[in-house]
Amino acid sequence: MSADVKHAQKDVSQNRQKEMIAKHFTRLSKARENGEKVGYTFVPGNLTELLGVFDILPVYPEINALQSAMRQKSAGYIREAERLGHNEDVCTYVKCDIGMMTQGNIGPTGEKLPPPDLLLLSYTGCFTFMKWFELLRQEYGCEIAMLHVPYVPGQMPTSEMRQYVKGQLKDEVIPKMEKVSGKKFDPDALLARLKLSARAENDLVWVLESAKKRPSPIDAYFGSVYYVGPIFTGFRGTEDAVSYYKELRAEVEDRMSRGEGPVTPDGTLAKEKYRLVVEGPPNWTNFRDFWRIFYDEGAVFVASTYTKVGGLYDTGFRHDQEKDPLLALADYCIGCYTNLSLPQRVDLLEKYVREYEADGVVFNSIKSCNSFSAGQLVMLRELEKRTGIPGAFIESDLVDPRYYSQANIKNRIESYLQMLSARKAGGHVAQPASLKLPVVAGGH
Amino acid sequence: MTTWLGIDLGSTTTKAVLVNEDGKVVGAGLTNTRSNYDVAAAIARAEAIADAQLSRLEAELARNGEKNAAGTLAEVKRAVRIEQSLARLTQVRDRTVSLTRSAPDGGDVVADKTQALFDAIAKDGENVFAALAVDRSRFFRDMVAARILSDAENAARKRELPYDVVVGAYDRAIVDVENSEAAESVGVHLVRSLSHAKVSSESARRIEAAWKTLEAEPIDIKAMVGTGYGRSRLPFPKENIRSEILCHGLGAHAFFPKTRTVLDIGGQDTKAIQVDGDGVVTGFQMNDRCAAGCGRYLGYIAEEMNLGIHELGPLAMKATRAVKISSTCTVFAGVELRARLSLGEKRENILLGLHRAIILRAMSLLARSGGVSDELTFTGGVAKNQAVVQELTDLVGKHYGQRTLNIHTDSIFMGAMGAALFAKRGVQA
Repeated sequence: MSADVKHAQKDVSQNRQKEMIAKHFTRLSKARENGEKVGYTFVPGNLTELLGVFDILPVYPEINALQSAMRQKSAGYIREAERLGHNEDVCTYVKCDIGMMTQGNIGPTGEKLPPPDLLLLSYTGCFTFMKWFELLRQEYGCEIAMLHVPYVPGQMPTSEMRQYVKGQLKDEVIPKMEKVSGKKFDPDALLARLKLSARAENDLVWVLESAKKRPSPIDAYFGSVYYVGPIFTGFRGTEDAVSYYKELRAEVEDRMSRGEGPVTPDGTLAKEKYRLVVEGPPNWTNFRDFWRIFYDEGAVFVASTYTKVGGLYDTGFRHDQEKDPLLALADYCIGCYTNLSLPQRVDLLEKYVREYEADGVVFNSIKSCNSFSAGQLVMLRELEKRTGIPGAFIESDLVDPRYYSQANIKNRIESYLQMLSARKAGGHVAQPASLKLPVVAGGH
Repeated sequence: MTTWLGIDLGSTTTKAVLVNEDGKVVGAGLTNTRSNYDVAAAIARAEAIADAQLSRLEAELARNGEKNAAGTLAEVKRAVRIEQSLARLTQVRDRTVSLTRSAPDGGDVVADKTQALFDAIAKDGENVFAALAVDRSRFFRDMVAARILSDAENAARKRELPYDVVVGAYDRAIVDVENSEAAESVGVHLVRSLSHAKVSSESARRIEAAWKTLEAEPIDIKAMVGTGYGRSRLPFPKENIRSEILCHGLGAHAFFPKTRTVLDIGGQDTKAIQVDGDGVVTGFQMNDRCAAGCGRYLGYIAEEMNLGIHELGPLAMKATRAVKISSTCTVFAGVELRARLSLGEKRENILLGLHRAIILRAMSLLARSGGVSDELTFTGGVAKNQAVVQELTDLVGKHYGQRTLNIHTDSIFMGAMGAALFAKRGVQA
């Protein structure tokens, strides 16, 4: 296998997604002249269907940041933000976005992004999002709507929590959207969109669960960050998303029927040697190098928590389960992975290790993201205790290349995988003879 | 003789170990990794093979009636190491002399006097190389440098030699010589060493006879495994490359079979490793994003204090208390050091605090990896520092209760040893 940057192999569905995204960004670039309204919002707990009902076009700043990183532009943007006074320890998504904004706000397709008419903040666990939008409001001076999603300390949200979120949607978020768009809220239109969401969600869950097969036809981390793209962003609740996931499912079904592994940038993975579960976001600046460390060793991710930050569907939630569409949105927001408590996260990881028959677990800790990284070591410990499987702990960053060290991570992961195979070989290990050599410092 | 080879390409040194069918070390080689990995691996391997050629004398001597074959072999090995060092010294001398002769401020007179300096060292070879001859983890370069620098300084003070010219030439010469294999075979060195080895004439006769029998028999290397940071540079198939974490674990187990936790503090990383009763690694943690608290930390502090790195430990042992150093950053620790000095704090007390800071970092990695189980084996260059060992003993005792702490003079070879045992065990899928 060789690494040809220009001819990296991709899933067929990826091309379709690319077209969808291109269309969306072109529409965004012409929003002003076409009189369309624009809302900036974040992936976790996003209210895409609701924005859609008001014909407000969504922009996702953290997706723009990761796209900038994949196009090797984040280092410059971050430098620019630091020059403006943002500290080295600040979330690098924020700095990347601020840098991009000051450099003309050119999006990932090379087209200019319109300024927002609305900043819609759905708070689902990340405190930095609030500070981020405070900065953007200062810049744009537009309307801002905030939805506060409560943290769930136990396993299930109480009805008061659900009503609390619904009340905010009804009394604050929707009136703000009506004001910005000049349109009246239509609950039936929302219900129709939520039905479409659920259809796409069914196919997405099927695709994610295909990794339970041996060999897994997908990589549930590096491959699946593409698969969750449309449903995490502006396409949830659209016919486009429904047909994308239908097509994706057919593609994966096809691969599965041929007994093929996932598509990597260097072609279809020949042999699945290790099945891994992963916690934490990937590094975006060196995405392909990072991925290669794993597929070069035949390691496949069969489940990841990161692909649940924009919605957790494989534990049963669907957008069309509630008659009351606002309660459905409340349940969705409360259940996003970013809003889960540490015990809930450990439970989910344990379930993945068991159901996907994983050999190992990798934690990627993010230098500039406390909300993701805090508690990861404790989670790892607890998971090791429950499953008896040792975990690997690596550290990098989202979009700041200064905190990604290929040599260190490669060394760590290679050691980890070799350790897993030594453990697999287990019992029949030769007992090496001990050596009679002098000891300089004895016991105490 | 059938052997298995392990090569550990570290960031500062390259180690090679040959084990026999019983998993015993029969040959070891060590060299600097400053030039390139290919050369370093070839040199370390050649050294290990030469060492193994001598090792097999033991059985042959015993068969020929030598009473204390092991003792005789140890003495022969010592004498051969002196011979090898002298041969290497000759190479360095010739290269240095030739460089001084052609240097702008050199010339024939300087060259001749430089030659005399080296000849004096050679005459005192038994002393100069005494430590090197018994401790395989010592370096030829350090032994020679210690002498040549002080001798050149003395000569310069008496205005007999230009110091910079001699030392400049030596610095270049030592690199050239270190990057080449020995010019003569181990057999040549063996014969020459018998003239001064402390063995009876009868033993010497037996050794010569045994060597004649064995000389033609090659050292058969059945398989090899490479490890260390440079491992991907080795021309081995992928299955023959093992991570140094696994090799350190297995190596530590081979040296101390009751090992359950391994702490390795090297030049640029710290590893906390847990192993099971078979030496199989069950978990590990390494320092991340930052190499504070590793060997280079001490190197930096030594430079800041204008001390040799080997002087730090003994000085810290004289402390009456440990000053609290809060920074984990190497450079900031240097700043703290200066601030404390300016406040009148004693050097040794600050130093002890710095040593404690290293172990505090290591303790956090140990905790992350699963704690400290009995027995704990401490490896890596930093394990030679008494103050570090003292702090480790103290903190492990406080956190985990009494633990047996193993430290080995040959701990530098632990990774290569583990690799050799992996080679012997047969490469697993």
